[in-house]
Amino acid sequence: MTTDKIYSINGPVVTVRDSVSFSMQEMVYVGNKRLIAEVIRVSAKETTIQVYEGTTGLKPGEPVFGTGAPMSALLGPGILDNMYDGIERPLKKLEEISGAFIGDGAEVSSLDTQKKYNVTMTVKTGDKLSAGDIYCTCPETALIVHKCMLSPLSRGGEVIWTAEDGGYTVNDVVCKVKDELGRVEELTLCQRWPIRTPRPCAQRLPMSRPLITGQRVIDTIAPIAKGGTAAIPGGFGTGKTMTQHQLAKWCDADIIVYIGCGERGNEMTQVLEEFAELIDPHTNRPLTDRTTMIANTSNMPVAAREASIYTGITLAEYYRDMGYHIAIMADSTSRWAEALREISGRLEEMPAEEGFPAYLPSRISEFYERAGYVKTLNGKEGSVTIIGAVSPQGSDFSEPVTQNTKRFVRCFWALDKALAYARHYPAINWMSSYSEYTDELAGYYSANVSADFMEVRQQISNILATENSLMEIVKLMGTDVLPDDQKLLIETARVVRVGFLQQNAYHKDDTYVPLEKQYLMMKTILEYYELSKQALAKGVDAGKIMSNGFSEKLIKIKYDIPNDKPELFEQYSRQMAEWYSSAASEVV
Amino acid sequence: MDIKYIGLSEINGPLVVLEKCKDVSYDEIASITLNDGTQRLARVVEVYEDKAVLQVFEGTKGLSLTNTTTAFEGRPMELPLSGEMLGRIFNGAGRPIDGLGDIVAEKSRDINGSPINPVSRVYPRNYINTGISSIDALMTLIRGQKLPIFSGSGLSHNKLAVQIVRQAKIADENGQDFAVVFGAMGVKNDVADYFRRCFEETGVLSRVSMFLNLSNDPIIERILTPRCALTCAEYLAFEKNMHILVILTDMTSYAEALREFSSSKGEIPGRKGYPGYLYSDLASIYERAGIVKGSSGSVTQIPILTMPNDDITHPVPDLTGYITEGQIVLDRTLDQSGIYPGVSILPSLSRLMKDGIGEGYTREDHQMCANQLFAAYAKVQDARSLASVIGEEELSAADKAYMKFGSLFEEHFINQGFETNRSIEETLDLGWLLLSTLPKSELDRVDDEHLGKYYDSEKAAVRFG
Repeated sequence: MTTDKIYSINGPVVTVRDSVSFSMQEMVYVGNKRLIAEVIRVSAKETTIQVYEGTTGLKPGEPVFGTGAPMSALLGPGILDNMYDGIERPLKKLEEISGAFIGDGAEVSSLDTQKKYNVTMTVKTGDKLSAGDIYCTCPETALIVHKCMLSPLSRGGEVIWTAEDGGYTVNDVVCKVKDELGRVEELTLCQRWPIRTPRPCAQRLPMSRPLITGQRVIDTIAPIAKGGTAAIPGGFGTGKTMTQHQLAKWCDADIIVYIGCGERGNEMTQVLEEFAELIDPHTNRPLTDRTTMIANTSNMPVAAREASIYTGITLAEYYRDMGYHIAIMADSTSRWAEALREISGRLEEMPAEEGFPAYLPSRISEFYERAGYVKTLNGKEGSVTIIGAVSPQGSDFSEPVTQNTKRFVRCFWALDKALAYARHYPAINWMSSYSEYTDELAGYYSANVSADFMEVRQQISNILATENSLMEIVKLMGTDVLPDDQKLLIETARVVRVGFLQQNAYHKDDTYVPLEKQYLMMKTILEYYELSKQALAKGVDAGKIMSNGFSEKLIKIKYDIPNDKPELFEQYSRQMAEWYSSAASEVV
Repeated sequence: MDIKYIGLSEINGPLVVLEKCKDVSYDEIASITLNDGTQRLARVVEVYEDKAVLQVFEGTKGLSLTNTTTAFEGRPMELPLSGEMLGRIFNGAGRPIDGLGDIVAEKSRDINGSPINPVSRVYPRNYINTGISSIDALMTLIRGQKLPIFSGSGLSHNKLAVQIVRQAKIADENGQDFAVVFGAMGVKNDVADYFRRCFEETGVLSRVSMFLNLSNDPIIERILTPRCALTCAEYLAFEKNMHILVILTDMTSYAEALREFSSSKGEIPGRKGYPGYLYSDLASIYERAGIVKGSSGSVTQIPILTMPNDDITHPVPDLTGYITEGQIVLDRTLDQSGIYPGVSILPSLSRLMKDGIGEGYTREDHQMCANQLFAAYAKVQDARSLASVIGEEELSAADKAYMKFGSLFEEHFINQGFETNRSIEETLDLGWLLLSTLPKSELDRVDDEHLGKYYDSEKAAVRFG
């Protein structure tokens, strides 16, 4: 029995006096309702605890129970196709217990303990195992084979017993391992891992493969590597969530971990409904088969919001260790930072910028550093890619969360209010966005798409950059004053913007575009530009070139050429070649 | 046995400290009785083994360290609920003030509510026809949505809210009940009266439940007002299966009350002095909208907030925009040129619109028409800024067309008047007609099929000259 009693309560922060029984970041149960909580400060006089549930009705004097272990996630089959709150409680189970509104103190297992999985043993008696090695597999969903591994902290040893292949629940012992000192470890299908500790890997590998998203502005202008990090900052209404949804739907990761951190409840419901209906183009299965969701909406307890980010990344790392490629969508990291600020305020810590705690940058970097392309302990290759949305206060990118995030990510997709107002989606501003991965990925693009892909991309960027500087003049004087070649450039840039960068998420072909088509689209636009430039030089009338209708045709090319018919691009080249040669021959 | 504590140990702003008290729980309600027999309500905001900090809702004026007795009620702040609450008027703390006596409670509920489990929500899809073209066509209100009106002092947000209540028809009615819950936080007496009168005139008063905290009422009570209103709304929606429209005005006053309370507690301030938890606090109000499984009712919220100095980046509108599913922004320039409602359409948005419009809901061409109107109006702004530099004469033909489109659009589409109620068909047809004043080649968001069906420049010429 515990003798530790609550001394004071202030919102989610509870203190215990004169106790030495707690360790830092230990998970504890608070009060008669056994609310889930975590120790966040320890001193001889006072222990401070942050509670992950509502504290209404809690009284001083109620008991506090230690668990002796840090806040951990339960890892095993059943995580996919599930929806959790910030501390890995399955929301469907909570619904069964407390109905449509979430109650307090509900203790439920993170994994279904009744369901039997069809287990295939991959080791036999006498095999030597070490930390991270796989001992059995079972199909988790139609897409993903779950591989049960020794915990990274395990001492390993020799297999002395294995179960027969067959149906087992997550808590059944399927294997026993004896280490050098004769201690026996019993292995079930699941394991625990503290959420704030990164899971170790054998080696970090260089990132050379892109995460293909099918979104043109991302794949070509600012591509992200598998294992990379990206931030999507944008004021409200600029389409952060929409962009995250598009990436979650179409990117070529094996598994998606979607963290709804302090966001809208209806949005999470939408993700849930939409993903169950959508069919993954790579595998022809519903997207939910490869997705797990953490939903801690804005009105759910703030401390659990802070934990949700760590829970999400721990789940991702676990699947990475099986040799999968994971993409994490964190929407939004600003809400997580605000949760830090809120708790820091309750602890009366000295605030730094804008009331955020001074440790904000180190927390942000710790989070993003958990991404990476690695060789796992069992020798496979896996990756965790983090794509975090940032919601800058007052749409001001100079605020602390955006600035600190910018320091620790290598891909920056800046969403722009002006573009969103003009309903140019995705509203990623091509001038202020960047990717530090382009050099590392150049090899992949040259080998797999086309040898001159990077060159073509650069030419497109140049057109946009030149347009940007010309726009200063155009804004003041209109386009009429420009010389013909610059008018042509402005027109080409318009084709790039409207025809290429703008992408329709609701169109069946345009919502996901393979790299090859992206490349051919750029190539065709450049061809138009080159031919027009040459025609101008030969003396063809500029007005005639501008009104030849090809720019409108190129803008509609995204709808007119289906994704699986790249050969149709040749028709456009041929038509253009014909028109320009006949136009040139008419010049006297 | 009820323990009563005589006297207080400390009084500081709206907070009082009571020492040597036992068995007090966090968030519990206490009643403080003064020597003259009057009673005030208080809530526990911090509690220690032998000490509690209470926040007094009606203010601490007249309290001394000796003239009070305090009794704890052993439960959090609850609101008595019944179907009879419609047609009644309550104060900000949920007590009847219309002289009709207490309500006979069927149930009592914690006013803080509980978060709705995301898996129990039903994604909102049915649109509400407000009869206002700019809203219906471009930022469609969906049943179960939270769509705030961002306004400024002196703009016609109240009038707009009244018009929405009066005209709001819920498509696919099913003969279900529709009711309004009105929460007023720190509004002026005449504003509250304006709403009451308008509800009366339109004959909906018997379907309205009003929670009034006027600008001279105690600030701390203001923190309870939206929560009482929403508890009532949730009860009517999810247990009585009604469609509830909640109007909360003015959220800026609410946030200011929260700031005042926070600073009197000595908390560390965040942006502009607002407490660091403003986002979570606002979310605990706004997120109480939606539809849940197992009930046919819904809660739709239209919070109104006045942007201080018309600044949309002020913490209150900023954080609100991050929580709510879109916003309707009112514009002072439009208002001054006599356009009602002065909805500034470019920054306005409805996030749930895309799934609640189109075939089966409004009309299949809705999305395309809306996209094109947005895109065209964005170009109007470019043309206008160019015209202000080089003069309208010097503009290209296309830009001139946009200038003309812009003024026609504002005059005929946005400007509609307080009495006009347009059906969605009328609204969309008007939109297409306005688009037809532009050259066909400019309509790059519309496919050829729709152009053929709706583009009619001759008809537009007849109508607009």
